[in-house]
Amino acid sequence: MNDQALFAAALLDPDAPCPDGLTTWNGSDPARRFAVYRNNVIVSLIDALADTFPVTLELVGEAFFRAMAGIFVRRTPPRSTLLVDYGSGLPTFIERFEPAHPVPYLADVARLEMLRVRAFHAADADPLTLDQIAQALTDPERLPALRVTPHPSLGILSSRYAVVALWAAHQGLGALSDVDPYCPETALVVRAGLEVQVIALPPGGDTLITGFATGLTLGEAAAQATASHEDFDLTAHLTRLLRFGALSSLSLPTEIC
Amino acid sequence: MTMQSPFTPSTSGTPACSDHLPVRAGLGLKPQHFTEILATCPDLGFFEIHAENYLVAGGPFHHALRRIRDHYPLSIHGVGLSIGADGPLDVAHLDRLAALLDRYQPQSFSEHLAWSTHGGLFFNDLLPLPYELSTLNRVCDHIDQTQEHLQRRILLENPATYLEFAASTLDEATFITEIIRRTGCGLLLDVNNAYISGVNHHRDPQAYIAALPLAAVEEIHLAGFAEDLDAAGAPLLIDTHGAPIAATVWELYAFTLDRLGPTPTLIERDNNIPSLAVLIAEARYAEELIRQSQRDQTEVAA
Repeated sequence: MNDQALFAAALLDPDAPCPDGLTTWNGSDPARRFAVYRNNVIVSLIDALADTFPVTLELVGEAFFRAMAGIFVRRTPPRSTLLVDYGSGLPTFIERFEPAHPVPYLADVARLEMLRVRAFHAADADPLTLDQIAQALTDPERLPALRVTPHPSLGILSSRYAVVALWAAHQGLGALSDVDPYCPETALVVRAGLEVQVIALPPGGDTLITGFATGLTLGEAAAQATASHEDFDLTAHLTRLLRFGALSSLSLPTEIC
Repeated sequence: MTMQSPFTPSTSGTPACSDHLPVRAGLGLKPQHFTEILATCPDLGFFEIHAENYLVAGGPFHHALRRIRDHYPLSIHGVGLSIGADGPLDVAHLDRLAALLDRYQPQSFSEHLAWSTHGGLFFNDLLPLPYELSTLNRVCDHIDQTQEHLQRRILLENPATYLEFAASTLDEATFITEIIRRTGCGLLLDVNNAYISGVNHHRDPQAYIAALPLAAVEEIHLAGFAEDLDAAGAPLLIDTHGAPIAATVWELYAFTLDRLGPTPTLIERDNNIPSLAVLIAEARYAEELIRQSQRDQTEVAA
């Protein structure tokens, strides 16, 4: 291994000896000074994760979160210089991290927080305007053939736990003691303007949006949602999506004459 | 034969003002200050951002930066290019930087004399280099490649270091002087780093600064440090950017301006970020010292 390879390996392994070839002006043990670099690397990456996952941190406490994040950092150091996506592997890590199992919803809360960070930095796009909607409604017969494009910031999380209520309680919206964490919820995350919104979707909402995202027409996506949830209310779902700016365009497939 | 780098600045003619940071104090731009800056437009020379924080598609960061850029000159400071790495530069990262520079047209782009990536991993820290010939050649190649790719002259920042290498055959000032001679890049003189490295390696920071190619300095950085001890109980200063600028660093800054004349100066604060007013006060003090050096120069000239 070359010098940087040895230096790099010793940064991530707390038990590795200090690399050879390092000197100090006073002949003091270079290991103490090398520890500054080791600490900078691990602590700055734990700090980055703490910034991405504030509610996950609150749910288990700072000491637990930082210890867990430290293990994650050493096992999975970033592979990109852009740290905004660095936490994307943490939820799956949490799921397999035995000491976190007493908080079974922790991984899904982390998934929700990751969706929030993605939405925050996602590409900008204007939500559908009233004019665009009015235009589409002028020809009701064509509505089922419309293709609906979700906003670039949109993310969906279907959870066995009450992720939205848990997250909201940590924003001061409702008391944590009132939340039944075992009540399944589907979260919609979207940033139409500058603020990221987290909304609980009624059953079927995820099927509808997943349909839009995979290129189904409005009619096809609505049929799938109705098939999976018999009391699916298309009007209520579309109204909610429009209210939160979660849709950015409507188009008809090009007609061939 | 001496090769002249195409990025060596022209010595004749007056460059357009928009090509340079103004000779004033600026602040590192922090998201917690976006709203206040946009509401109050404080009288500051420029703002500086870390490039990597803005390599995202959209959202509030770009929204704020676009508006702030309309009112202020901008410096873009990279922290992830890993110019000192022994592997090749990440061309995808250079492409992303080029797009960011194209989008915001900053007056200055700078990077570090350090490495932060190896074997596909990113360490999120500025790691030290041995100062010897093969490292020098590699760093110069990487700076040449960067300046070619970005089609502009970059500034290189002197590091704060905690360790030295038995393999080093040159002192840091000589190493930097040679880089600047070969590549034509400019120098971002971090006075706090010069002070930290001086204390950590028991050398005179004034002598270090005096040995640098000061004609190449286009920007100065000032920041705060934390104090620790090494294994023998000697002082070990840590470059945290998390504290007010120390009195000793202000003194070294005044010494530097004395040598250099008025120079654009950034107040850097990346941790324990205080209110905007606290940082503006530090910027005001830097501007007072810049004006003082301007007066001193005028007197010498008279």
